[in-house]
Amino acid sequence: MLYIKNVTKTFNKGTDDEKLAIDNMNFHVKPADFITIIGANGAGKSTLFNLICGTFLSDCGTIELDGQDITMAQEFIRARSIGRLFQDPMKGSAPGLSIEENLTLAAGHGGWFSSVSKDDKQRFREALSLLGMGLEDRMKQPVGLLSGGQRQALTLMMATLNPPKLLLLDEHTAALDPGTAEKVLEITKKIVAENNLTCLMITHNMQSALDLGNRTIMMDHGRIIFDAEGEERSGLTVQDLLDKFRENSGKALDNDRMMLV
Amino acid sequence: MSLSSIITLGQTALELGLICGLTVLALFLSYKMLNVCDLSTDGCFTLGAAVGAAVALAGHPYLSIIAAMTAGVLSGFVTAVLQTRMGIDSLLAGIIVNTGLYSINIAVMGGASLLNMNKCDTVFTKMKSVLDGTALVSWHKMIVAVIAVAAVIIFLSLFLRTRLGLSIRATGNNPDMVKSSSINPIFTTTVGLCIANSFTGLSGCLMAQYQKSVDINIGTGMVTIALASLLIGNVFFARKSIPVQACGAVFGSFLFRLVYTIALRMHMPAFMLKLISSVIVIIAIAGPYFKTQMPIIRRRMQINSRKEAR
Repeated sequence: MLYIKNVTKTFNKGTDDEKLAIDNMNFHVKPADFITIIGANGAGKSTLFNLICGTFLSDCGTIELDGQDITMAQEFIRARSIGRLFQDPMKGSAPGLSIEENLTLAAGHGGWFSSVSKDDKQRFREALSLLGMGLEDRMKQPVGLLSGGQRQALTLMMATLNPPKLLLLDEHTAALDPGTAEKVLEITKKIVAENNLTCLMITHNMQSALDLGNRTIMMDHGRIIFDAEGEERSGLTVQDLLDKFRENSGKALDNDRMMLV
Repeated sequence: MSLSSIITLGQTALELGLICGLTVLALFLSYKMLNVCDLSTDGCFTLGAAVGAAVALAGHPYLSIIAAMTAGVLSGFVTAVLQTRMGIDSLLAGIIVNTGLYSINIAVMGGASLLNMNKCDTVFTKMKSVLDGTALVSWHKMIVAVIAVAAVIIFLSLFLRTRLGLSIRATGNNPDMVKSSSINPIFTTTVGLCIANSFTGLSGCLMAQYQKSVDINIGTGMVTIALASLLIGNVFFARKSIPVQACGAVFGSFLFRLVYTIALRMHMPAFMLKLISSVIVIIAIAGPYFKTQMPIIRRRMQINSRKEAR
C-alpha cells in the first residue's frame, strides 16, 4: 500500500543548524493497517507525515502509494488520495464558509462549475448526524462558530467523505479537552473501521497508542526504533513501551508531553 | 437648488457609482474573497479605458467591451503569475504591474496621454440611438451601467456558489486548509485575479466611454476609492448572503459618489476627492480596530486615574 524506501530528510543542510529529521527510513504499510506512531518531540513523526503529503520533498529515496510513485508529486495532487488532520482544529476547515460549503469542497466531485446538489445535501446531513453533535441542523452556519472539538470532528468528516487511500492523523485530539478528545477518538475509530481505511496516527497518549489500531511504531532521531504488531503487540503495556524506548535509544522517555496513562 | 438639478445630481452620482461599482466588485472578489490586495487596480482600470477607447475609436463599440475585459484578464494573469510562481510578495506584484502598465497604457493610446472620443460611437451612444424617441432616452447611460453591474453581480452570485468559487473563497479564508486539501492555491488565486481584473477593465472601459475621453491618470487612486466604497458597503451588509454583499458593495460606491457630488456642489475643490477617499479607507479599517482596543484603553485609563487618586 504505502512503501517508504531509503527516505532521508535533512533540514538546513550545510549549516550549523543541520538536522537529520528522517534517517534512511524503510517502512511498509499494508492495506487497512491502522498504525499508531509514538516518539519524543523532534523524533521526526510530523516530518514523516510532511514527506508523505508532499509539504516537503525528501532528499533521497522513494515514496510509493498504491503502486504509484508520489515522491515528487505536488501536495494538492497527493491530497486527492491522502486525508490529513492536524493538531490545530482551526487548520482543517474554512471559518468563513458554512458547514455545507466546506463539505461541498471536501466532496470534491463534479466539475469546477458544479454546485451542491440535493443528493449531496442529503448525504452531508446523514454523514453529520453520525457525529452526534447536532451539526446536521446547522448546515448554513459559518464553521467559525463551531467549537474546537466540533471543528475537528467536521474536519475528520471532510477528510473521509470520499474515503482516502491513506488517512494521516497528526495528534488530532491533543488540542481538545479530555471528554471531547475521547469523543473525537471514538468517531475516528468508527469511521476508520466502517470505511476499512489505511491509517497512520501520531499520538502522545501511550495507552491509546496500544488500544487503537493493529500496529505500533516508535520513532527516535528519524529512525523507527521499535515496531510491534500481532501477538507481540497485544501483550504490551505502557511500561513495556517505556522499557523498549530506554533499551533502543539508550535514554529514558521522559518527555513532558508524553501521557503515560 | 431646483428639484430637477437635484435629480440630475443624483442621476450622475448613480451612473458614476455604478460604473466605478464594477471596480468595487472586482475588489469584492480579490480583496474580500481571495484576501489579496490587488494594487494593480489603478493601472488595470486605465488599461481597460485605453484599450476600450482605442477599439471604439477604430469603430467597434461592442468589441471594445470584450477587448477591455480581455486586457484586464491578461493584466490579472501577470499579477497572479508574479505572486504565485515567482516568489514576489502580492502587494509588490501589484505595484510592479501597475508601474509597467503605465508604459503599456501610453503605448495603447498611440503615444498620447489623452484620447478624445467625442465623435466616435460608444456603447452609450449606441444605447441612446436604440432608445431614441422613447421616454427613457435621458436614462440611456444609466441603463448601460445597470446592465453591466447586474450582469457582474449575477455572475458573481452564481460563480461563488460553484466548486471553483468556493475554492477561491477557501483560498482567501484559510490558506492552511487549502494547502492540505486537493485545491491548488496557485490555480484558484490565478483564476480569481483574472476574473477580478476583467471587471476592473470593464469598469475603466465604461468610464472612458461615459466621459468620452481617456486620460492616462483616469485610474489614479481607483484602488483607494474602490476600497472606500467596498468598506462603506460592508458597514451595512457585512453578514449577509453573497449577492446582498455584492449589491452592498455597489451601494457603497453610489453612496461614496453621492457624498462626493454633494461636496462638489458645496464648492469643495475637485482635487480633494482622493484625500477624502483615503480618509474614508482609514476610518473604515481603523474604526473596527479601535473598537476592539477601546475596552483595553478604558481599563488603562481607569487604573491610571485610580493611581492618581491615591
